[in-house]
Amino acid sequence: MEDSKKLEEFQAKIDAEIKIEPKDWMPEDYKKHLQRQISQHAHSEVIGMQPEGNWISRAPSLRAKVVLLAKIQDEAGHGQYLYSAAETLGKSRDEYIEELQSGKAKYSSIFNYPTLTWADMGAVGWLVDGAAIVNQVSLQRTSYGPYSRAMVRICKEESFHQRQGYEIMATMAKGTPEQKAMAQDALNRFWWPSIMMFGPHDSDSPNTGNAVKWKIKRETNDELRQKFIDKTVQQAEVIGLTIPDPDLKWNEARGHYDFGEMDWDEFWRVVKGNGPCNKQRLNHHKKAHQKGAWVREAAIAYAKKQKAKQLVA
Amino acid sequence: MSNTDNQGGVWEVFIQSKPGLPHKHAGSVHATDKEMALQNARDMYTRRQEGTCLWVVPLEAIVSSMPDDNDSFFDPSDDKIYRHPTHYVMPDGAKHI
Ligand SMILES: [Fe+2]
Ligand SMILES: [Fe+2]
Repeated sequence: MEDSKKLEEFQAKIDAEIKIEPKDWMPEDYKKHLQRQISQHAHSEVIGMQPEGNWISRAPSLRAKVVLLAKIQDEAGHGQYLYSAAETLGKSRDEYIEELQSGKAKYSSIFNYPTLTWADMGAVGWLVDGAAIVNQVSLQRTSYGPYSRAMVRICKEESFHQRQGYEIMATMAKGTPEQKAMAQDALNRFWWPSIMMFGPHDSDSPNTGNAVKWKIKRETNDELRQKFIDKTVQQAEVIGLTIPDPDLKWNEARGHYDFGEMDWDEFWRVVKGNGPCNKQRLNHHKKAHQKGAWVREAAIAYAKKQKAKQLVA
Repeated sequence: MSNTDNQGGVWEVFIQSKPGLPHKHAGSVHATDKEMALQNARDMYTRRQEGTCLWVVPLEAIVSSMPDDNDSFFDPSDDKIYRHPTHYVMPDGAKHI
């Protein structure tokens, strides 16, 4: 009885666009959905540093190297902002990391693809960050206050990420025939995984109902995917690259691009852990975490010592 | 993960974006002591000259009112409309007041 009244008040707030803050009453499912979504988002930012980190030592110029470093450092920051938001839901950062390392929590499948050439740094920035931006711009209006604020901060930082990637693609596309071929190859490999970043079709997406009703998600997977494709086609044309989809064409009546069907078998194979790099990504995360254990221990020991000194003095 | 291997406590971060403005909550960091909290906050929240001053506060030092109590907690101000300038009747023709 009490709960149904609270639920009604909760929904009324959501409908009136009043943000939900950590200490407010919220339905258990709302909290669970947010814990899952925000932590997955955080894990994606952190795991996403690996495919790009792969090219730091081989960046083709000093300029390219400092840009890539700054971009990856931003992604580390994004992970931290999101863990901070997730922690306001009553679960510790250690627990979230434990869930990632045990495989219980997922992260975006796009990061389970390898980055084989320098052009992949272009494709990742242009397409992967581009897709992430479309999603994150929409999430700035999410109903949970701390998540929304993290998204605002992240969106401010993202625009350089996509631009630096597109710049790499544009430069290679007007380079030697080999360089142009490399750029086209990167686009070929990253196109479909990028548009699958938005997740399954709305009709196959069981969590969409509540997430939209509670305004955790403001637009559906298919709406966001369409937005991304509509923006990106022209950008590919400008630099003379071809999006690898024979069914892609402008639909005057819809006012949108039509596009071909994605390979959902591949999507689920990668989500379930059998993509090209799933094991490598998680193993690397565990290894780095273990290697840092002595630093955390030393920091805690130091803090204890300082406290003891203060008490004596 | 054991008790001896954790990421330190949570510190809330407040940034003043330029002199004269109030400090505004930005998010949080993990750290085991004050200096680390301050440095982590700098690295995380001011990579683009977002601030001229940073505060870090241990989460447990913050005392918050509870939204569930809002009605009774903020109620004392409800009937004191004389705290608002619009409560007062000014003579016709008076200017700059
Ligand atoms: Fe990011
Ligand atoms: Fe990014």
